[in-house]
Amino acid sequence: MLIDGIRSLTASIGGIDSGGFWLPRQGSTVAPRVDGLFMAITWISIFFFVLITVALMYFVWKYRARPGHEAEPSETHNRTLEVTWTVIPLLIVIWIFWEGFTGALDMSTPPQNAYEVQVLGQKWKWLFTYPNGVVDENLHVPPGTPVRLVETSQDVIHSLFVPEFRIKRDAVPGRYETQWFQADVPGEYQIFCAEYCGTQHSTMLAKVIVHRSAPEFERWLADAANFIDKLPPEKLWEGGEKLYAQRGCKQCHSLDGTAGIGPSFKGIWGHQQSLRDGSSVLVDENYVRESILNPQAKVVAGFEPVMPTFQGRLKDKEITALIEYLKHLQ
Amino acid sequence: MDTVEGARIGRPAAPPARDNYLTHSAGFGSWAFTLDHKRIGVMYLVATLSSFLLGGLAALAVRTELLTPGRTIMDADTYNKMFTLHGAVMVFLFIIPGIPAALGNFVLPLMLGAKDVAFPRLNLMSFWLWILGACFAVGAVIAGGVDTGWTFYTPYSTTTNTNVIATIFGVFILGFSSIFTGLNFIVTIHKLRPVGMTWFKMPLLLWALYSTALIQVLATPVLGITLLLLIAERALGVGIFDPALGGDPVLYQHFFWFYSHPAVYIMILPAMGVISEVISIHARKHIFGYRFIGLSSVAIAAFGFLVWGHHMFVSGQSGMANVIFSALTFSVAIPSAIKVFNWLATLYKGNIQLNTAMCYGLMFLITFTIGGLTGLHLGSLATDVHLTDTYFVVAHFHYVMFGGAVVAFLAGLHHWWPKMTGRMFDERLGRVGAALVFVGFNTTFFTQFMLGSHGMPRRYYDYLPKFQIYHVISSIGSYVMAAGFFLTAYYLLHSLFRGRPAPMNPWGGNSLEWHTPSPPPHDNFAETPLAEDPYDYTHLVYDSATGGYLSKSYHEAEA
Amino acid sequence: MSQHTTTAAPPHEHPPHLRHHFETLTQQFDAGKLGIWLFLATEILLFGGLFCAYAIYRANHPEIFLYAHQFLDKTLGATNTVILLCSSLTMAWAVRASQLGQRKLLVALLAATLAGGGGFMCIKYVEYKAKFAHGLLPGTHFHPHEEGEEHAATAAAPPVAKPAPPVSGPALEVSRIPAAAAGPAGTVPNREPGESEGLGKRPSNAQIFFGIYFLMTGLHGIHVLVGMFAIGWILIRSARGDFGPGYFTPVDFVGLYWHLVDLIWIFLFPLLYLVK
Repeated sequence: MLIDGIRSLTASIGGIDSGGFWLPRQGSTVAPRVDGLFMAITWISIFFFVLITVALMYFVWKYRARPGHEAEPSETHNRTLEVTWTVIPLLIVIWIFWEGFTGALDMSTPPQNAYEVQVLGQKWKWLFTYPNGVVDENLHVPPGTPVRLVETSQDVIHSLFVPEFRIKRDAVPGRYETQWFQADVPGEYQIFCAEYCGTQHSTMLAKVIVHRSAPEFERWLADAANFIDKLPPEKLWEGGEKLYAQRGCKQCHSLDGTAGIGPSFKGIWGHQQSLRDGSSVLVDENYVRESILNPQAKVVAGFEPVMPTFQGRLKDKEITALIEYLKHLQ
Repeated sequence: MDTVEGARIGRPAAPPARDNYLTHSAGFGSWAFTLDHKRIGVMYLVATLSSFLLGGLAALAVRTELLTPGRTIMDADTYNKMFTLHGAVMVFLFIIPGIPAALGNFVLPLMLGAKDVAFPRLNLMSFWLWILGACFAVGAVIAGGVDTGWTFYTPYSTTTNTNVIATIFGVFILGFSSIFTGLNFIVTIHKLRPVGMTWFKMPLLLWALYSTALIQVLATPVLGITLLLLIAERALGVGIFDPALGGDPVLYQHFFWFYSHPAVYIMILPAMGVISEVISIHARKHIFGYRFIGLSSVAIAAFGFLVWGHHMFVSGQSGMANVIFSALTFSVAIPSAIKVFNWLATLYKGNIQLNTAMCYGLMFLITFTIGGLTGLHLGSLATDVHLTDTYFVVAHFHYVMFGGAVVAFLAGLHHWWPKMTGRMFDERLGRVGAALVFVGFNTTFFTQFMLGSHGMPRRYYDYLPKFQIYHVISSIGSYVMAAGFFLTAYYLLHSLFRGRPAPMNPWGGNSLEWHTPSPPPHDNFAETPLAEDPYDYTHLVYDSATGGYLSKSYHEAEA
Repeated sequence: MSQHTTTAAPPHEHPPHLRHHFETLTQQFDAGKLGIWLFLATEILLFGGLFCAYAIYRANHPEIFLYAHQFLDKTLGATNTVILLCSSLTMAWAVRASQLGQRKLLVALLAATLAGGGGFMCIKYVEYKAKFAHGLLPGTHFHPHEEGEEHAATAAAPPVAKPAPPVSGPALEVSRIPAAAAGPAGTVPNREPGESEGLGKRPSNAQIFFGIYFLMTGLHGIHVLVGMFAIGWILIRSARGDFGPGYFTPVDFVGLYWHLVDLIWIFLFPLLYLVK
C-alpha cells in the first residue's frame, strides 16, 4: 500500500494535466470566460494581498518596539482615506458581481437547438439516457453541438460536475434540473459527483466522450441502440442483465428473494404464480412478455398494480434478452 | 521598552499572593455549581479546547487517509464518519461557543467594571447544556458515528442508518447553550455598563460580542426548528423533506443555511473584536476608526442574515435568487475589508511589541485577508459554479474560520492568559509555536485552493492520482501545524506551574480588566472603576520591577 | 463587599431579592425584562421556521390545504381559542393582583389560568385521538380510514374489505400511495382512489398538511405544557406569599410567556382551521 502510494505520487509530480497553474484545460465554450473572470479575481486578490502584507511588514519593521522608541500620536480618523478605501473596493466588487452575473446568465440559457440527454444520479453511478432510448453509463456527445442535460436523482442529492467544462448542477430527487454545455474539442473529460452521497461518493465517476465528428457519434448511438443485436444467442442473457440494471427493473424486483414493490425474480421462472384475482399462471415467455407490456393484466397476489408499462420503451429483442436473463437466474 | 518576558523554564515561581477567584473556594461542587462568570469561562475554556483536540485528531486522521488515493488507514465509511466528526465537533463544540463562551464570559463583565453577567444562573445552565449536548454528540460517535457530513443534507441524512438523531439532538441542545449565552451578553451590555461608559466608550470587543449575541439569539432558534424537523422526519416519517411524500429536499438546505450562514458571523465577529483589542494594545496605539469598526460589527450581523443562498448556487434555486444572493454577498464583504485597513492603520506610528498575542494578531491579518479575498471567487456566480463543492471551498472556509477565528482565539488566549491564570508563559516558545502554526496552516490549506480549482471535489475518500502531490503537501502541513499546537499546549500548561507571576497590567491595556489584579478577586473589583477611553495608553508607563504597566501618576509617585 | 465610590446610590442593606451583582432592584427588574423579551423573540423565530414551511407548501400546493383542513373540527378549534384568550385575561389580571399584593385573588387567577391550559390540552387530546383513529397522520403513516377498520399500511398487505358505512366523518378509501417506484421519485402521479363524499377529490400528497398540522400544534402543545408547569410553580409560590408590590417579577415574566403561547395559537387557528 505504501509502495503504491509512493508510485502514484511520483507519477503525479509530473503535472496535473494539460491545464495551467490554477485551472484544468478548457473543454467547453464557456470555460474561457469563466477562466478569464477567475484569473481577474485572482490578480485583484493578489494585488490587495501584496498591498496589505507589504504594508504590514513595513509597519512592523519600521515601528517595532526598541529602546528609546515610543508610539507617536496620530489621527484615529481620516475621512479622505476612509472614503477612498471604501469606494474603491466597492467599485471593484460591483464589477466582479456584474461579470459573474452576466457570465452565469450565459451559462444557464441553453441554445434552442440543444441536444438533450437525460441524466439519472443514483447511489453510486450515473446513467445517461439518449433521445433514442439508449441508456449508457457515460455521456457521449457530438463535437461542436450544444448539449442540454436534464438531471434528476433516484435517491439522494448528487451533483454532476465536469471540471474541464466548468459546469456543475445538483441532481435532486423529485425534480428536474438542467444545465448545458458545448464541447468543441474531441476527447475524454472527467465527470465527478460533487454532492456527498455516501460510501462510494468518491468513486461515482463517469466520462464525457466527445466524438471526433457528428457522424461518428451517430454511429456510436446506433450501435448502442442495437447492442442486443450484436450479442450471440448464448450471451443474450448478459444483455438482459444489463437492461435489468439500467431500465428500472432493479428498483422494484430484487434478485435475492426479498419482496420489494414487486415480487423478486429469484427462482420464479417456470413456476406457478398466484394472482390477485385468485387465479394462477405459469411464469413463461408469454406471461413475462405480457407483464412487461401490459402489467395490469395479471398482478401477483400480495402486490399492488403499480408497475408502469414498457410499451415503446423496450424493443422485442430486449424483452427476449430479459426473458433469457430470468431463465438464467435459476 | 522591551517586550514583556515570560517565565524562564526552571526558575521556581511564587504563587499569586492574594485570595483570587481561583483560590476563593475549593472542591468539585464549588466549580460545578459556581455562579462566578470567571470560573464558568475557565470551564468553557477547558471544554472547548478539549473539543479542539478531538476535532483536530479527527482532522489528522482525515489528512493521513488522504496521503494516498484509495485506502491508506481506513475504509470509506470510517472516513465519511471521520470528516463528519471533524466538522461537527469543530463547528458546534469549539468555534461557535469558542471566543464568546471561553474568553467572553471571563472578560466581558470585567471590561464593564461589573461583578458578573446579568443572569449568572442562566450562565451556569448554558455551560451544563453545552456538556449535555456534547455528551449526545460524543455518545453518537462512540455508538458508531454519523456519516452525513456536518451539514446533514436531506435526503441522505433522513435515510442513512447511522446515529443521526442522537447527534442532531445534541446539536439542538448546544443551540440552547448558545442562545442563553447570547441573551445574557445582550442584557449585560445593555444594563450593566458603568457610569460614564456610553455605547461609544465601550471597548470594541464588547461591540463584537454584542453583535454576535444578536445573531446567537435570532438565528439559532431557526437551527433548532430545522433539527426538530429532521428528527421528526427520521423518527416519525413526516415527509417534509421527502419528495416521495410531497416534500422538498432543497427546503432543508434553505432552513439549514438560514442559521449556518449567520453562524459563521458568530464565529468571526468575536474574533474581530479580539483583534481590535490585541493590535491596539500591543502596538500601543489608539484603534483607528473606532466608530466604523463598532457599527460595522452590527451591520455585518444584520447583513449576514441575507446571504444564506450563496451556499446553494447550484442546488436548483431560481436564477433570480442566485443573483440577489450574489449581490448581497459582495455587500457583506466590504465592511470586513475596511476593518482590515483600519487595523493596519492602527499599526502606523505605533510601538509594536511582537508578543505571542501580537504575532497571532498579525497572522490574522494575513490569513483572514486570504480567506476573505477567496470569498470573491465564490460569491461571483460564474466562477462559483466551477468552484463550489470542491476543495476551493474547503480552503476558503478554513482560511476564514481557522485563519480567522481560531488564530484570533489564540491571540486572545495569549493576551488574557496572564489575567485569567496569574501566570506569564514563555514568549520565545510562544513565537516558535506561532511560526509553526503559520507555516503549517498555509502549507495545509493553500494547496487546497489549487486542488479545488483543478476540480477535486470535497468529501472524497478516493481521488484521481493526479491530485496526490497536493494532498501529500497538504498533509505534511497539517503535521507541522499539529506540532505547533502541541508546543503551545505544552508551554501554556507549563506556565500554570512554573510561570512568573503576572502583574496587573502586563501589556499596558486601558480597558477595565487591566485595572484589577491578575487573577482577579472573586468580586472582580475592590471598587467599581471609572470608565475611561479604553484605547488611551499615553498615561501608562512600563515598570520593569513588576514587569507590567503602571499609570504615570502612580509611577512618578513611587519614583 | 463593594463600596460604590463613583455612583450616587448610598450603601444599602440587602433587599431580600436583590442579587449581588445588581446595584438596585430596578436595574435587576429591567435586566430581567429585557431578558424575557429576548427569550420570547427566540421563540418567535423557532415557530417562524414552521410558519415559513407552512407558507411555502401552501403557496405551492393550495389544493392540499383546501382539502385536508376539512378534517379539522372548527368548533373545537374555536373553543380552544376562546379558552386561551380567557386564560390570557386571567393571567394578566393575576400579574396585576401580584403587583397589588392581593394574594388570594392572585392564587385564584393563577389556578384559573392553569385550568385554562388544562382545558386546552384536553381538547387537543380529543382532536389528536380522532386523527389517530382515522389514520390522518403525517408522512408514511397517512392512511385515512374509518375507526375500527383493519388498515393496509404496506403494499404487501392482503386486499382490504370494503369500508363499513360511515358512523361519523367522511367515507374514505384505503390509501394506496405508492412508494417511489418507476422513474424519478415522486414524479409518478398517485392512482386516484374514489372520490370522498362532499369533500372534493383528494389531491396527491395530502399527508403534507397533517405533517405541518402535527408539527405546529405539537410544538405549541409542548409549550403549553411547559407554561403550565411554570404557572403551577408560581401558583405554589403565590400561595406561600412570596410575591407582593416589592417583588412580582416571576409572575410578570411567566405571564409574558403565556401571552406569547396564546398569541401563537391565535395565528395557528385561522391558518390551520379556517383555510377557506
